[in-house]
Amino acid sequence: MKHAYIWGGILTIAFFSVVGDVLLARAMKQVGDVHALWRSAGLWTVVSRVASNPNIFMGVAAMTVAFFTLLFALSWGDLSLVAPAAASLTFIGNAFAAKIFLHEKVDRRRWIAAVMVAAGVALLAG
Amino acid sequence: MTFRKYLVLAGVTVFGAAGDSVLSHGMKQVGNISIHDLPSLIFAVMNPYVAIGILLLLTFIVLNMTALSWADLTYVLPATSMGYVLLALSARFILHEQVSLTRWLGIVLISGGVGFIAGSPALTSHLHGEEQSPLLAAKGAARNGAPSGSPSHPAHAEEVVSSVVEP
Repeated sequence: MKHAYIWGGILTIAFFSVVGDVLLARAMKQVGDVHALWRSAGLWTVVSRVASNPNIFMGVAAMTVAFFTLLFALSWGDLSLVAPAAASLTFIGNAFAAKIFLHEKVDRRRWIAAVMVAAGVALLAG
Repeated sequence: MTFRKYLVLAGVTVFGAAGDSVLSHGMKQVGNISIHDLPSLIFAVMNPYVAIGILLLLTFIVLNMTALSWADLTYVLPATSMGYVLLALSARFILHEQVSLTRWLGIVLISGGVGFIAGSPALTSHLHGEEQSPLLAAKGAARNGAPSGSPSHPAHAEEVVSSVVEP
């Protein structure tokens, strides 16, 4: 039963992390390069553009769900299992989601990088 | 990629790894939390390690958002995954823990994955005009000498153009 809780938690963390990452990435692309924006229009412009983007809030909400699920999962299982397993699934999920929803060019090089990192993170948990 | 951008990616790596480990230490002190006892989560935040862990992770989120403003998600995530390697290396060389062969293989795989994307372009996605930042659209218009404003945000973009063009 404890394993079901831990793996249910890991899958929930991965799902909401992917949703949060994609929404935040989309929002920040809409905001534009923060360094350039800060230099040309000032910090206040950056803050107001970020704060007025609805995707930010939906992304932060998804990450908050992932974060509180992580708190629960950490109290049930070890960090060495929960964090790498969730991160590993998040890497693969993000590669698919970035291609579909963010129209990123996920070429062979990026797929290999995502799979190597996901496998490496899984092995670190062993 | 400028030095400052590499510094932001390094910050994402370090603050993410430090936040995870400090938070984990705090949650172990707090002990088990039952799903039927949600208010105990609030009390968990009172633990100093949990609070510091949350602060470190908030810094991580701000730096991560900065990186996502000029790089693809599929570039930022592998590039900042060296945090796991940092945790394993600090366990070996600072805490003098035994690191198994499997973990060393994990370190090699992550480092290889990071090496794979290191030379590739950071940004490949191009948002449509109406989704672009009004400021950037306005800057483009000002640079091209075209009438100010993007079709979706004409009034606002005009303001921005004047703020960009005027010294």
